[in-house]
Amino acid sequence: MKNWWKSGAPWIWLNGGAVTISMIMVFGLLLLILVRGFGAFWPHPVFETVYELPGQDPVPVVGELRRSETLTAQAIRETGIPIPEEQLVVTRHLIKMGNRDVTGRDFGYFIDDFLEEWRYPKDMAVLERREWGDFYGTPVRLFEDGRVVAEGEALWSEFQTRVRRANDLFDEIRSIERGAIGNVNFALERVRLDRRRAELRGTLTEQLEAQLQERREHLQADYAVLETRLNELYREVARDTILMRAADGREVTIRLADIVKAWQPNQMSLPAKIGFYVDDFVGFIFGYPREANTEGGIFPAIFGTVVMVLVMSIIVTPFGVLAAIYLREYAKQGPLLKTIRISVYNLAGVPSIVFGVFGLGFFVYLTGGAIDRAFYPEALPAPTFGTPGLFWASLTLALLTLPVVIVSTEEGLARIPSTIREGSLALGATKGETLWKVVVPLATPAMMTGLILAIARAAGEVAPLMLVGVVKLAPTLPIDGNFPFIHLERKIMHLGFHIYDVGFQSPHAEAAEQLVYATALILVLLIVVLNLTAITIRNHLREKYRAESD
Amino acid sequence: MIPTHAAAAPSLNAALFDTANRKIRSLTDEEIAITVEDLNLYYGNDQALKSITMAIAAKRVTAFIGPSGCGKSTLLRCFNRMNDLIDSCRIEGAINLHDENIYRRGIDVAELRRRIGMVFQKPNPFPKSIYENVAYGLRLQGVKDKRTLDEVVESSLKAVALWDEVKDRLQVNAFGLSGGQQQRLVIARAVAIEPEVILLDEPTSALDPISTAKIEQLIDELKQKYTILIVTHNMQQAARVSDYTAYMYLGELIEYADTMHIFTNPTAKATEDYITGRYG
Repeated sequence: MKNWWKSGAPWIWLNGGAVTISMIMVFGLLLLILVRGFGAFWPHPVFETVYELPGQDPVPVVGELRRSETLTAQAIRETGIPIPEEQLVVTRHLIKMGNRDVTGRDFGYFIDDFLEEWRYPKDMAVLERREWGDFYGTPVRLFEDGRVVAEGEALWSEFQTRVRRANDLFDEIRSIERGAIGNVNFALERVRLDRRRAELRGTLTEQLEAQLQERREHLQADYAVLETRLNELYREVARDTILMRAADGREVTIRLADIVKAWQPNQMSLPAKIGFYVDDFVGFIFGYPREANTEGGIFPAIFGTVVMVLVMSIIVTPFGVLAAIYLREYAKQGPLLKTIRISVYNLAGVPSIVFGVFGLGFFVYLTGGAIDRAFYPEALPAPTFGTPGLFWASLTLALLTLPVVIVSTEEGLARIPSTIREGSLALGATKGETLWKVVVPLATPAMMTGLILAIARAAGEVAPLMLVGVVKLAPTLPIDGNFPFIHLERKIMHLGFHIYDVGFQSPHAEAAEQLVYATALILVLLIVVLNLTAITIRNHLREKYRAESD
Repeated sequence: MIPTHAAAAPSLNAALFDTANRKIRSLTDEEIAITVEDLNLYYGNDQALKSITMAIAAKRVTAFIGPSGCGKSTLLRCFNRMNDLIDSCRIEGAINLHDENIYRRGIDVAELRRRIGMVFQKPNPFPKSIYENVAYGLRLQGVKDKRTLDEVVESSLKAVALWDEVKDRLQVNAFGLSGGQQQRLVIARAVAIEPEVILLDEPTSALDPISTAKIEQLIDELKQKYTILIVTHNMQQAARVSDYTAYMYLGELIEYADTMHIFTNPTAKATEDYITGRYG
């Protein structure tokens, strides 16, 4: 025993154990997110059964199983449900029933003992709607302008064709509303601002007024055309309806315009399910959120996160690199420099919410307010930059990640062998020439390392962003076709905040749970992609500037 | 004193030289490129060089030998003011390059270093292509003309006998060369800007014997055009390549004379002990 102790073997086991536990935690986390995230879009079968609590009327139940759990019988008894005395444990199911508009509750807990046999009717359909969540039921009749066009066998394929048509029309409506009308509104607002600017400067002449009026009329004419087209489309899209029978036998008419897609999970083959899954996943990534973010896609959040991280990188890299070069190469070493360096390093340890508060107070209100007064007086009192937005969020994160870039760059500069500097100096180069032609290129891999760490930190940060520019739902993307194309003042959506919002602030916690995992998965994947890109660039640079000492 | 080794010394290194045909040179007959006047160098409070006074012959190879820490590298770095990079370093006295004190106020150090090139112990090519390494010094001087650069790169690489080995891969990163090739590339880089003096700081200590032989041969050729100062730990090398040898010990210049004279008939006891390997 003593020998075993002396041999150092316990240390190896201890160290190995620590590594193992770390690995288990990391992989467990990733596995949970992967399974739940990727599992969110699989079409589950829909069953039909009857739930009969003792002494109550039987209730028909239609839905899909979300989760089953085993509880002690005592806990259930305390809720007033009579479980037989001799029974110790009870299985409880969380069932998604949909039909929120009809029954008022779309999720419910059911005790297994009181459920009758589960049947999986082939014609059971799920309709994903733009509002009110999913609808579960059996299709009865399909109408066009109130006339029956299909029922029975032919109904489903006809219905799918017409859903596709309605979706195409809806896409056109969306593109007109978001795109064309958005552009007209943007231009109209610009006309208003031009007029206001001229007014403030006192240069509003009759001629200019007439010009502006002409522009306005022109735009309003454009708008009228679009509006006519839009009304036409709305009429078109409202043409078809379907009559569905819900679990309790109630019949509900649903407009095809409100249906995103429809499927009959109980008769889907495996390839069909896979196709459905891929379709759903793609829709999630490239779609826009609906229903207070609990339905639909997360494209604006992905876009916002990426743009914000990129803008942050553009800000933080030059700042950090220049600061590091000064600290390492030019500043006179001494107590003052030591203090500065310690301060910079400690910035990394300041809680991120403090940066958020600083960003809000200094960047948004002070700087942004000053910018508004100086450059956008015509828009006041509506703030342009004096309100949280993309630029301030990026700037705050840049501040947050600045120490990481500075430290990495400094370390990179310190690692450059002095012989290389001397070689350059000995050829008659000045210090500056040596620095920019030889030393800095060699330190670029280290700078990239700093940037990689900064990106990883920034993409995952949430707390400060809530104060300086990230919102629950942004009406427009920060990049679009309107001049100047990148709108740094706009508010953005962000994956991290989206997770928080959907998971904890949404009215339908159960409905949102899967989306939370899926969004978390996308966030992790996004950070991986951003990092891999940066790492590839770094490896390329390393290869290019490979010193023999490496 | 043991009488035997005083008698043994003169014959000991005689084999290294063609003693019958080679005349002992004297600095008084030489054109002088550099003079060092009462040079003292301090690192903080420690004196590293003590009152060095010497003259360096133009277009000759002058070797500095001595045990580690004797100050020979420090002295070499005084000639192109490389010691300026060390904050605690303080220098008194003068080094004159053709009657101009390189330590006088207002001298352009970068310009000085263009006139006095230096090659270091470890090959230190830049992380650039072979071509750009050689062209670096010229580009610093603002030379942009492609043809001039091409010519200088070629002639410099030829001067260090590297041209034939690399002419097909001039755009390849210099780190891909072997250690010996890198060292010759670094010499080519120094030669490309046409200095008057080349300082070599143990240029072969990191190289294998074949590369060392090539560099030594190169030194022999380069002295036709350049004044060369070399620090070396290798006694044989000093004997082979240099015309004059300075023996230093603890920051002092102990003995300085024609190389053959130093190696076959040293005046100072300390020099004799060192060159015969009895030192330490």
